[in-house]
Amino acid sequence: MADQQEILSGLAEIVNEVAGVPVDSVQLDKAFTDDLDIDSLSMVEVVVAAEEKFGVKIPDDDVKDLRTVGDAVTYIAQAGA
Amino acid sequence: MTGMALAPRTGAKYARILGVGAYRPSRVVTNDEICEHIDSSDEWIRERTGIITRHFAADDESVVDMAAAAAEKALAGAGISADQLDAVIVGTVTHLLQTPSAAAELAFKLGAGAPAAFDISAACAGFSYGLAIAQDLIRGGSATRVLLVGVEKLSDITDPTDRGTAFIFGDGAGAVVIGPSDVPAIGPVVWGSDGAQTEAIIQDVPWQVFQGGATHKFPSLRMNGQQVFRWAVYEMAKVAKEALDSAGIAADDLDVFIPHQANMRITDAMIKKLGLPESVVVARDIAETGNTSAASIPLAMGRMLEEGQIKSGDLALLIGFGAGLVYSAQVVVVP
Repeated sequence: MADQQEILSGLAEIVNEVAGVPVDSVQLDKAFTDDLDIDSLSMVEVVVAAEEKFGVKIPDDDVKDLRTVGDAVTYIAQAGA
Repeated sequence: MTGMALAPRTGAKYARILGVGAYRPSRVVTNDEICEHIDSSDEWIRERTGIITRHFAADDESVVDMAAAAAEKALAGAGISADQLDAVIVGTVTHLLQTPSAAAELAFKLGAGAPAAFDISAACAGFSYGLAIAQDLIRGGSATRVLLVGVEKLSDITDPTDRGTAFIFGDGAGAVVIGPSDVPAIGPVVWGSDGAQTEAIIQDVPWQVFQGGATHKFPSLRMNGQQVFRWAVYEMAKVAKEALDSAGIAADDLDVFIPHQANMRITDAMIKKLGLPESVVVARDIAETGNTSAASIPLAMGRMLEEGQIKSGDLALLIGFGAGLVYSAQVVVVP
């Protein structure tokens, strides 16, 4: 089971790959839209890549609740990564 | 006593596209004009969709008018006359008359004699569905030359005030003539549907809202953009790959990729997911034509041929996907 730090660094790599955001900028308190400039379509790419990487399911209805990187890390951890 | 055997009929061994024709209505609509009705901007629309302009048909310009304009070019390109057609197929969701079909009217307008004529409702997959049907009609011996037109007047069913769709859609027609071939030139189709996602792209209310003389806002399309994006990129990449495999073509052998022009971001993500080499020329007609549903693949192919981006004999992967949800893909030889 991946711990929070592992999920965060995995997610940072994904965000970097999808949107070119520097890995170091992807911190728990950063908001995807307001701080990292990830739009709704890039967010879908991030979510699907995270599903594949962590072996979890993140339905569209839940994606809108993932405002910050921390929200996503918590969601992935609870979803069983 | 056993029944008498019926006389069998078989057709050409293979089929191919003989000619392509494209028609875009003259009125060019900019993002700034779209933003007169929605709170958005040229920059936002370009970033989310890659669309810079689209074309809207005139009020008195019907889908049959547009289809005829594209069909005449396709017939000229194929070097055949309308009276040589055995079947006319129209893929459209914007012929706003329940019956008769656009195809029957189109066939008459073209002076095609008495070909079989019918419409298919497969939304943005309409062209690719039609290609599969046309190929099988020819190979089965039910037709020798088939006209297939994808045509849409989406401006008729787009709500200019809907921030989810107003900037996406455009009008236009793309046509091909399909005929017999000595060698395989239309690969096996990979197609299907997912009715569990009917709500993802849908006419917001049925026509019955007008029953009994009731007044109601005219029906229009609604779309869940994120849901469609996820499905289009991740599920459709698998379908596209399967179409390549079915045709026995490796990504490195492919010359051209013409996905339904849904959204430039979907196209870009599909290329990444498919791992297409940089040598593959990719259709990006959406920038100037918008999303024209069933018309988008032949419109893009027509432009690419006209502009010399692709040439006759190239191998092109086509994939259509849209409301239903429905999808369809095949590899074809560019005429």
